[in-house]
Amino acid sequence: MKNSWQRAGLTIGAMIAMVVTAACSAGASQEQGGTTEEEAPTSLQVGLVAEPANLDFTTTDGAAIPQVLLYNVYETLVKVDSATGEIVPALAESWTVSEDRTTYTFQLTPDATFSNGKTFTAEDAVFSIERVQEDWTISLKSAMDKVESAEAISDTELQVTLNEPSNDWLYRMTTRIGAMMTPEGVDDLANAPVGTGPYTFGEWQRGTSISLNRNDDYWGAVPAFAEVVFRYFEDPTALNNALLSGDINIVGTVQAPESLAQFEGDDRFQIIEGTTNGEVVLSFNNSTEPMSDPEVRKAARTAIDHRALLDTCWAGRGTLIGSMVPPTDPWYEDLTDVYPYDPEAARNLLAGSDHPGATVRLRIPALPYAVACGQVVQSQLEEAGFTVELDQLEFPSQWLQTVFTDADYDMSIVSHVEPRDIGAVFGDPDYYTKYGDPEFVELLEAADTGDETAQVENMQAAARKLSEDAAADFLFLLPNLMVADADITGLPENAISESFDLSSLGTS
Amino acid sequence: MAVALRLGVRLLLLIVGVFVSSVLVFGFMAVLPGDPAGVALGVNSSPEAIAALRTQFGLDRPLPVQYLDWIGGFLTFDLGESWISRTPIAPLISDGLQVSLWLVGVSMVLAMVIAVPFGCLMALRNGKPSGLLLSGISQVGMAVPAFLAGIVLVTVFAVKLRWLPAGGWTVPAQDPLGFLENLIMPALALALVQSAVLARYVRSAVLDVLGEDYLRTARAKGLRPVQALIRHGLRNAAIPVVTVLGLQLTTLIIGAVVIERVFVIPGIGSVLLNAVSSRDLIIVQNVVMVLVLIVLVINFLVDALYVVIDPRLRSSR
Repeated sequence: MKNSWQRAGLTIGAMIAMVVTAACSAGASQEQGGTTEEEAPTSLQVGLVAEPANLDFTTTDGAAIPQVLLYNVYETLVKVDSATGEIVPALAESWTVSEDRTTYTFQLTPDATFSNGKTFTAEDAVFSIERVQEDWTISLKSAMDKVESAEAISDTELQVTLNEPSNDWLYRMTTRIGAMMTPEGVDDLANAPVGTGPYTFGEWQRGTSISLNRNDDYWGAVPAFAEVVFRYFEDPTALNNALLSGDINIVGTVQAPESLAQFEGDDRFQIIEGTTNGEVVLSFNNSTEPMSDPEVRKAARTAIDHRALLDTCWAGRGTLIGSMVPPTDPWYEDLTDVYPYDPEAARNLLAGSDHPGATVRLRIPALPYAVACGQVVQSQLEEAGFTVELDQLEFPSQWLQTVFTDADYDMSIVSHVEPRDIGAVFGDPDYYTKYGDPEFVELLEAADTGDETAQVENMQAAARKLSEDAAADFLFLLPNLMVADADITGLPENAISESFDLSSLGTS
Repeated sequence: MAVALRLGVRLLLLIVGVFVSSVLVFGFMAVLPGDPAGVALGVNSSPEAIAALRTQFGLDRPLPVQYLDWIGGFLTFDLGESWISRTPIAPLISDGLQVSLWLVGVSMVLAMVIAVPFGCLMALRNGKPSGLLLSGISQVGMAVPAFLAGIVLVTVFAVKLRWLPAGGWTVPAQDPLGFLENLIMPALALALVQSAVLARYVRSAVLDVLGEDYLRTARAKGLRPVQALIRHGLRNAAIPVVTVLGLQLTTLIIGAVVIERVFVIPGIGSVLLNAVSSRDLIIVQNVVMVLVLIVLVINFLVDALYVVIDPRLRSSR
């Protein structure tokens, strides 16, 4: 016993010596001491930021649940092609629309089975559609209100009748509300999802990871990885370190674009850059002075130097759009030239309006992109003669109450990340933007009820009108930024669905 | 008698402390902005749906009723379900505590293993240049925050050398080696700061003992200073060190919250931070209360221990 302290001291001394030696040899020649032998990759580790609260997106809101489950565990009848933005077959091999555009007839694949062994039939599709109307509680369920009836004509033929024509309905069927479930598989949605996808739900270690296992009975092309683990990192630095140290293979969403610098020029990694549906909007309160004055709104749009703003506040990564439509929508047009940056013209517009030297309350959520851009917007507007009071509000509660619910603001900065949300954000005079111009709403209606050509034409007209009216300013489109090991293949450039789609991933 | 009385008073203080802090924690959560039902259902949900959910959570009841319901459940280990995730809270907290307990426990042991020899050495070399050097090192160690030590460790051993995982957690029973790989860096980061603090206490305690008569006697018998210290002095020097250890335990727990974030460890600190970011207030409320309870109980135990082992307090007739 009497020598235990000395022994402990010796051990500690030895340990310290080891650590010091290790630290010193770090700078020396790179020896192959720590590398593990290469083996065929069976497990893919994906690092993400927001962990789901539970796995039931029928009653719990939030993007984190569909990110993991949609297209991977649950499938939909139709899917969005991430390259073209077009609606393409999934569980439905084909579909037809009736002359009056209210009846959709889907031909379903006969081969799909749920992970509990049951074959997927039109009955399951009817059950899933009706369940959205009856049992779902999240606000997105309202997209299913347009369905009059859903009927199984046979095991593989589904007929859905809408109460009015709606192109948007078919698009919404590509999102989480279109997820196909089976009556025996909905007992424990929060913990045990049952779907037809290429992966089945594996294990959830709360606070750490969610794993999915390859579905060897999958009806389509069986995916490359036997197991995919989504790992969650509250801290962006820890997420990047995990990739640098080889703990994970993919950083699914890069939180701060400037952190990409440490991966650039490192041939162990590849950087993926594409588009999203997240328009960062400088929203105006169109119902109260001074922003109800079109001249003031035009002055504000003309005062913003979008390229400089993007370079300053989001490291130049992102797309300038000029309206509320991302490039992946079929009716996209580049509208950045509607109000080109011209500080001189902006000053004249404001001075000549009914509100020269207008004071605006710029009330932004305390979120990284909004805080970074808020200060740039403030200085650019003041350059044009505005007086800007900048307030940062805690997000979500305080911002939601003050700006979103009470509309007690003149301008705000927020990213609207929902897909095809031009109507949701600007088509309702009661929504916080207080726009809802009748002519604009008519164009949206015509687009929703017309055929494909009419849809594109009317959506283009609506987007142009929104931009010309200066109902808001469109700062930029958030980029989709990913970093991955260099040998990972099939990563989609654009993130325009609610899913982190694993079906195309492999290794070279 | 006197001891029992003192212990009784301290127990009463503990109970009052728990009550007051539970009221404070509940009160804070009640006045925070934001409606849990609204958060759970999403931005555009109907007022009817939100009202229904509020009723389901019992949020439409008077605050005192809600408080009594919560604290009653809390004291009987029935924490109910989260409002946002609809998952039971008790397992969430106990899982987090288990992980944090490993981290804090191993850090504590590491800190002791480093601090005791280091502190003894500082005391024995007191006044000599080498003693000054050791003292300087411990000053630096105290000044380095644990998270910084953690970041340095990650940068060197995970990012640059790729020897150890940059973060994460392995259940010890599943994979003991993986568990050690995950634990070594965060435990070391926490222990370094602690050991610097503890070493200074060890030093002063040993210095006190070194001046005592019985040690001089032992030296006179021809024992070398280190031998004399180990055979006769350490047990007496341990008393003040143990009490400091208790107090340091609470700072360790706070430090663990930060370290868990750096190393992505699913301990109680991460449970807390995740709940804060997802606005799951009922989980926040319970975790904060659990942490407060732990700190209060540790303080009580340290106090009680002091009463029991301190001869001056015991011999007060």
